[in-house]
Amino acid sequence: MDNLLSIVTFIPAIAAAILAVFLRGEDAAAQTNAKWVALIATTLTFLVSLFILFGFDASNTGFQFVEEREWLLGLKYKMGVDGISVLFVMLTTFMMPLTIAASWGVTTRVKEYMIAFLLLETLMLGVFMALDLVLFYLFFEAGLIPMFLIIGIWGGKARIYAAFKFFLYTFLGSVLMLVAMVAMFAEAGTTDIPTLLRHEFASDSFPVLGIHLVGGMQTLMFLAFFASFAVKMPMWPVHTWLPDAHVQAPTAGSVVLAAILLKMGGYGFLRFSLPMFPVGAEVLTPFILWISAIAIVYTSLVALAQEDMKKLIAYSSVAHMGYVTMGIFAANQQGLDGAIFQMISHGFISGALFLCVGVIYDRMHTREIDAYGGLVNRMPAYALIFMFFTMANVGLPGTSGFIGEFLTLVGVFQVNTWVAAVATTGVILSAAYALWLYRRVVMGDLIKESLKTITDMSRRERAIFAPLVVMTLLLGVYPRLVTDITGPSVEALISNVELAQSVARAATAVAQVAH
Amino acid sequence: MQADLNVILPEILLSVYAMAALLGAVYTGRDRLAPLLVWVTAALMVLLAIWIGMSGAGTRTAFGGMINDDGFARFAKVVILLSAAAVLVLGQDYMERRGILRFEYPILIALSVVGMMVMVSAGDLMALYMGLELQSLALYVVASLRRDNLKSTEAGLKYFVLGALSSGLLLFGASLVYGFAGTTLFSGIIAAADGQTPLGLLIGLVLVISGLAFKISAVPFHMWTPDVYEGAPTPITAFFATAPKMAALGLFARVVHDAFGGVVADWQQVLAALSLLSMFLGAVAAIGQTNIKRLMAYSSIAHMGYALMGLASGTVFGVQAMLVYAAIYVTMNVGTFAFILSMERDGQPVTDIRSLNLYSKAEPGRALAMLILLFSLAGVPPLLGFFGKLYVLRAAYEAGLVWLAVAGVVASVIGAFYYLRIVYYMYFGEEGSTLETGRSLVQWAFLMGSAAVMLLGIVNMFGVETMAQAAAASLVR
Repeated sequence: MDNLLSIVTFIPAIAAAILAVFLRGEDAAAQTNAKWVALIATTLTFLVSLFILFGFDASNTGFQFVEEREWLLGLKYKMGVDGISVLFVMLTTFMMPLTIAASWGVTTRVKEYMIAFLLLETLMLGVFMALDLVLFYLFFEAGLIPMFLIIGIWGGKARIYAAFKFFLYTFLGSVLMLVAMVAMFAEAGTTDIPTLLRHEFASDSFPVLGIHLVGGMQTLMFLAFFASFAVKMPMWPVHTWLPDAHVQAPTAGSVVLAAILLKMGGYGFLRFSLPMFPVGAEVLTPFILWISAIAIVYTSLVALAQEDMKKLIAYSSVAHMGYVTMGIFAANQQGLDGAIFQMISHGFISGALFLCVGVIYDRMHTREIDAYGGLVNRMPAYALIFMFFTMANVGLPGTSGFIGEFLTLVGVFQVNTWVAAVATTGVILSAAYALWLYRRVVMGDLIKESLKTITDMSRRERAIFAPLVVMTLLLGVYPRLVTDITGPSVEALISNVELAQSVARAATAVAQVAH
Repeated sequence: MQADLNVILPEILLSVYAMAALLGAVYTGRDRLAPLLVWVTAALMVLLAIWIGMSGAGTRTAFGGMINDDGFARFAKVVILLSAAAVLVLGQDYMERRGILRFEYPILIALSVVGMMVMVSAGDLMALYMGLELQSLALYVVASLRRDNLKSTEAGLKYFVLGALSSGLLLFGASLVYGFAGTTLFSGIIAAADGQTPLGLLIGLVLVISGLAFKISAVPFHMWTPDVYEGAPTPITAFFATAPKMAALGLFARVVHDAFGGVVADWQQVLAALSLLSMFLGAVAAIGQTNIKRLMAYSSIAHMGYALMGLASGTVFGVQAMLVYAAIYVTMNVGTFAFILSMERDGQPVTDIRSLNLYSKAEPGRALAMLILLFSLAGVPPLLGFFGKLYVLRAAYEAGLVWLAVAGVVASVIGAFYYLRIVYYMYFGEEGSTLETGRSLVQWAFLMGSAAVMLLGIVNMFGVETMAQAAAASLVR
């Protein structure tokens, strides 16, 4: 099968088209059908995507399963995966059936809901597989449309504000990247990502508005890409769209947002910013490391003060993404492996935490922490699962959360000890807010009148959590499952980056001597 | 002589048809004949478009260079004819039910299309002016087609007065150009404007550009646009937003490249400034609009800004980008106006976007098509509107206008807000919409067709790309 990637990418889109064209009516039967079609399609996507995982040769650092077709404007429709992207593809296909299953309780406009999620899956998969700049941008940006609708139609009370903020914020970040892409196209004469990865973009310093710009063109392009990925990631201080979007989005929307959409930013850093503009990255590394460290501490403190469960987890996500950016720009083996690991693990853990909130939100229709307390008395199974993921979020050894945080901290320690020291306090802070949340929601006596009749998790809900628990534990005790796949690609990436940086350094030295 | 006439045979045919139809209608059925005339005119236009599109490559000139028939002219003519035909049949039902479908309407549109065809093939200042006036005069009349309506007559009058002013500017500029170049032929002007440009020629060029900027409603010559769009009957507005824009852009490209192609640096900054102002004003001013026709007016101002960005780059690729952008723009607008034309309540046309409240619940199919068109207008990938923007951005970047490209994308984010607002009404509203939109099958077909083009066009753009490439190559030498 030489077009396996396209098949995986477009199964959900085809299912969405089938739903759109053939499913009529709004009655209960039609709703159930829509749910089943979506569930079957996403499960099928996952099963087919297993062929990618098992057919993947980790020792090969190039792109695999490559397919290529001519497209307009001299662009190419080119797809492929390497050690960096293949796990994100798997994460996406793994999470989507769970997301659909978690939306079984949706009753308004079910057909449209399922179509939006299926299209979203296609677009997310496309982002991780695209090997053409514009194709990447296409998938990257198009994801905004279904997400805008998901937040706006099925969201909470302030959904309209959140939807607009989400869309415009991320759109503004991305269009600057588009200009940089046009610049790359003009300079390298191609939009083919493997070729661009080998292309050396000019890094001669030149003055911009009177300021001497070190790294020249590379720094400018790096900043343009940074504007997009930092918003998507999101990094402090451009993270403010995320809590709004998370709080207002329906549960499944939050899960997709936290588990997959945020990873696009990190993936972008790994695929474009670092390898394509190594000199620009080097110039800005101290800056990025410090804002990552600030993000970890600051957003952890903000999380402590939250009254809304989803908002708390959203801020915790921002903090955890801080570890990712820190690891990526430490630019060494541990840092990058840790960053990828942290993203995958955060996909499971934060997804699960949002699902946990969803479970009680479905019952009580409130996310206020104060409205709960003592749930352990009536929901023992829920208490156990929530406990497990709280601990994973904190980074308890034995869960995948620990490995990611530890590796990124080791990576950054070799580059900048102070940043590592500041970031490590975030581990303590995360324990504080997560455990305190758990204490307020689950522990204590059940005194609230409204909670007296709450029921424990249904069989469907338990089934949704089971795979997540397994994955979190499995990666926690056997992290080589991830690092064996990412390792060789990351190693190749780092050696390329270091080579380019040393060449640029030598060139600068020569230029200075010549003066 | 015979050869000369052969070159303009399509124009002659359309003019003769228009006059014959006029006579026929006057002597026989008058307005009773109007629906038939609409369809016959549209059919003739489609036939002419096919004929022009099929006629082979190559460049022919007629009347000593006054009229060119090259790839560029053919591309523009095909777009003009097809969009005019589409808008004609779109508005037929709307006008008939409101009793304003007079037999003059299709005939005036046909004459105006003849003017546009002359415009895009002009090779001489006289031909340029002739085409422009024929086009404009016909449009002044149709703008006030609703004689008993205050807003419609106001629109017609405003359009006429301001249009006359711009024609005056253009004529004055043309006379200066003639005075300093000693010829009205573009081929003569380009020889005179090579290298050292006399100051008078430059002033003439700027005045001509001002006159043309009025026709494409680029800022700061845009003031008439919202009022005329709002006041004119909706089918006429739809026409304003499509074919004349393509024609004026075509003429614009002809003048700056055919007559002043040697002094790109002299007009590049002017066009870049027009483009910048149009993009931002179009984006910002539309935010407060609730009338969808006014909103589309500002939207068209912004879109003309992007098209000018392509032209401002002054390269072959820039012209190609402009043509592609214009073709996409026209297609999107045909679809959008097909929807606007269908918006009504109790038989009365509705233009308030708030009436679309939760429209998606009542009409999921149409709402989805509109959603696609709106996101395409906003330039959000993966829709075709995004590729139009990508083209002009690349053209601007390669011509060194990086600041313009950056400004353009920022403006597109601002502009996205008001398109999203319509989506917001359609999808996120609270109570159901009482809008009726299901009357006309033709409008439905165009709405759906246009949305499908926006979605499927990303595969290969239906070959428009290569056609635009050939067209641009034939213009810029």
